[in-house]
Amino acid sequence: MNFEFLFNNLPELTITGLAFGAIYALIALGYTMVYGVLQLINFAHSEVFMYGTFAMLWTVMALGGREADGVKLVAIMIAALFAAMLVSALVALLLERVAYRPLLKRDAPRLIALISAIGASFVLAELMGLRDRIAGWFGLDDDLSEYVSGARINNSMAGVIEKPRWDVAGVSISSIDVLVIVAAVGMMVLLDQFVRRSRLGKGIRATAQDPETAALMGVNPTRTIQITFFIGGVMAGIAAFLYMLKIETTRYDVGFLLGVKAFTAAVLGGIGNLRGALLGGLVLGVAENWGSALFGSEWRDVIAFVLLVLILLVRPTGLLGESLGKARA
Amino acid sequence: MKNKLTALPKPVKVLLWVLLALFAYALPLLEPPIISTPGVDFGGVLFTVSIYCLVALGLNIVVGYAGLLDLGYVGFYAIGAYTVAILTSFHASWPLLLAIPVGVVAAMVSGVILGAPTLRVRGDYLAIVTLGFGEIIRLVAVNTEWLGDTRGIKNIAKPPGVGGEEGLFQIPHLFWGDGTVLLDTDDKTKFLFFGVLDQIPYYWMGLTAVIIVLIADILIKNSRVGRAWEATREDEDAAELMGVPTFKFKLLAFATGAFVGGLAGGLYASRQGFINPQSFLLLFSILYLASVVVGGQGNRWGVLVGATLVAYLPQRFREFDDFRVLVFGLALVVLAAVRPQGLLPPRRTVRAKKLEHDLEELEEGTGEEEAAHA
Repeated sequence: MNFEFLFNNLPELTITGLAFGAIYALIALGYTMVYGVLQLINFAHSEVFMYGTFAMLWTVMALGGREADGVKLVAIMIAALFAAMLVSALVALLLERVAYRPLLKRDAPRLIALISAIGASFVLAELMGLRDRIAGWFGLDDDLSEYVSGARINNSMAGVIEKPRWDVAGVSISSIDVLVIVAAVGMMVLLDQFVRRSRLGKGIRATAQDPETAALMGVNPTRTIQITFFIGGVMAGIAAFLYMLKIETTRYDVGFLLGVKAFTAAVLGGIGNLRGALLGGLVLGVAENWGSALFGSEWRDVIAFVLLVLILLVRPTGLLGESLGKARA
Repeated sequence: MKNKLTALPKPVKVLLWVLLALFAYALPLLEPPIISTPGVDFGGVLFTVSIYCLVALGLNIVVGYAGLLDLGYVGFYAIGAYTVAILTSFHASWPLLLAIPVGVVAAMVSGVILGAPTLRVRGDYLAIVTLGFGEIIRLVAVNTEWLGDTRGIKNIAKPPGVGGEEGLFQIPHLFWGDGTVLLDTDDKTKFLFFGVLDQIPYYWMGLTAVIIVLIADILIKNSRVGRAWEATREDEDAAELMGVPTFKFKLLAFATGAFVGGLAGGLYASRQGFINPQSFLLLFSILYLASVVVGGQGNRWGVLVGATLVAYLPQRFREFDDFRVLVFGLALVVLAAVRPQGLLPPRRTVRAKKLEHDLEELEEGTGEEEAAHA
């Protein structure tokens, strides 16, 4: 128990924890929205995030991000952000089309949808992990060697951007952490307003409350589900971009643990609840960081799960415990 | 076909079951050419299959009968395995036959400890809590020196044999040549000698455990307890109103499942002789769940088929090697789309579906007939 370390570094630990938490929260949105509308755990959402990280990495590599600086670097980063959002959204839509829609049409039991999502998750992760072999089938492995090599190991973009640290009242703060927190919270607020106020958002909430009545009132359920997956994908893409800014490495199975954490965050805040996802993510990130300062970093994941169990014991439906459907404008 | 089988007189049915069991026991000695696994020890593969069957039967009680989604079942398996490992090798030198019951009880107690507070939360929350439990067990093993951390535990006790080094008697294997079948007198299995090379006695041990659990499963399912589980799964509130203490029965299902999981873990540790946290990844919980759901949750035969497929196919098709996980994932997606009820859904589900369909047709009027007239 290293209390001294925790108290001496409390501000720094809190800010890095919030940055992690913000990324968890953005991924958690995908879980929470799909759950709100379909009552299904979208197990493959972690791979949606993973494809976003690679989209970001490859865009930076293709546009020569390593040599660029100044305005050009900023332009490359913006391009990478949009690439990550686009790729993640496309993967999410593909997932809905292939792994969910056939099952929903046939009114399959809910567990089989989970199995289908798990299968899709394996396929997506392995396609990325075997990309060198797959490129080899098409004879492209030489041309694309920069992109497909190291399919099973960490792929890094370290050193592309500088990360100045700011000194605020004796506390050293990483500029990237601040950027991550601000961007993530900003996106969450935008999304929250979108779901509360826009026509599409009303459609999503109506479908979450009562799909049949919503369909009678002219909300197209298939389209609503697509939009839900699309938004989840876009948010995962932003999360992937921010994650790559902060961590700078990715690999084919990066999504797994992050996905589990993000899902934990969603449950922690109350699954199906957008504000709950934000709160859950931030609480989880900070608790993990404080906990690993206190007990040692090898206990990080244990702390996350113990916290989850404890909170569910006290509040069985999560911290905010309200569903997507019940949120009123 | 099915009706003909069920209409057979009871002694004939019993005889058929006994023959089937005998065939299952003899399978590794027969080494039939298409089923046998080239490049991997067939006895070892069959042992893995038997352990998967055992785990799937246990998980089926939790997921299939009681309808509780458990994503951390590997945790109980790990507790069984680690208890046996600690008691027979790491911190004591108990005989295996004493350590396995202790491991099973430890798994069961952990099931009650986990279940008592968490079974009150709603279904999907339970999934993530159990997932967390499985990960906590593994991470504690990784980080605790007392549990051998990442290096794991070696020299776990083997089951005691009968008749010393040579076994009670020796059984020759079959050898499949080009169109001829011979008794291979050089390749013999020592009956009830648990060595390092020959995996077949372990398979027999696993298969025996599967059969015992299967019989217990049939007895429990047909009892008041089994009906209470199914009532809880179908409609918890209605079951409670009918006087079923649902929480108690859910806890019982959890403990029973943990019992079987712990048993499987103990047997696995004893066969392997060595365990480390890598054997208890979250991936295995998912594979076990896949066995249950693919086969048809709630139907014990379906579950056995599912477990056999999940354990056996990756070993049989080793030539796919790196692509195994990819193919497995594809198979899950395709299967879910083609047979959403699982390969062998329980009869009750089939009946309920049919009834639902008939009712719908009644409500909507006889749509098909009208279409035919028009």
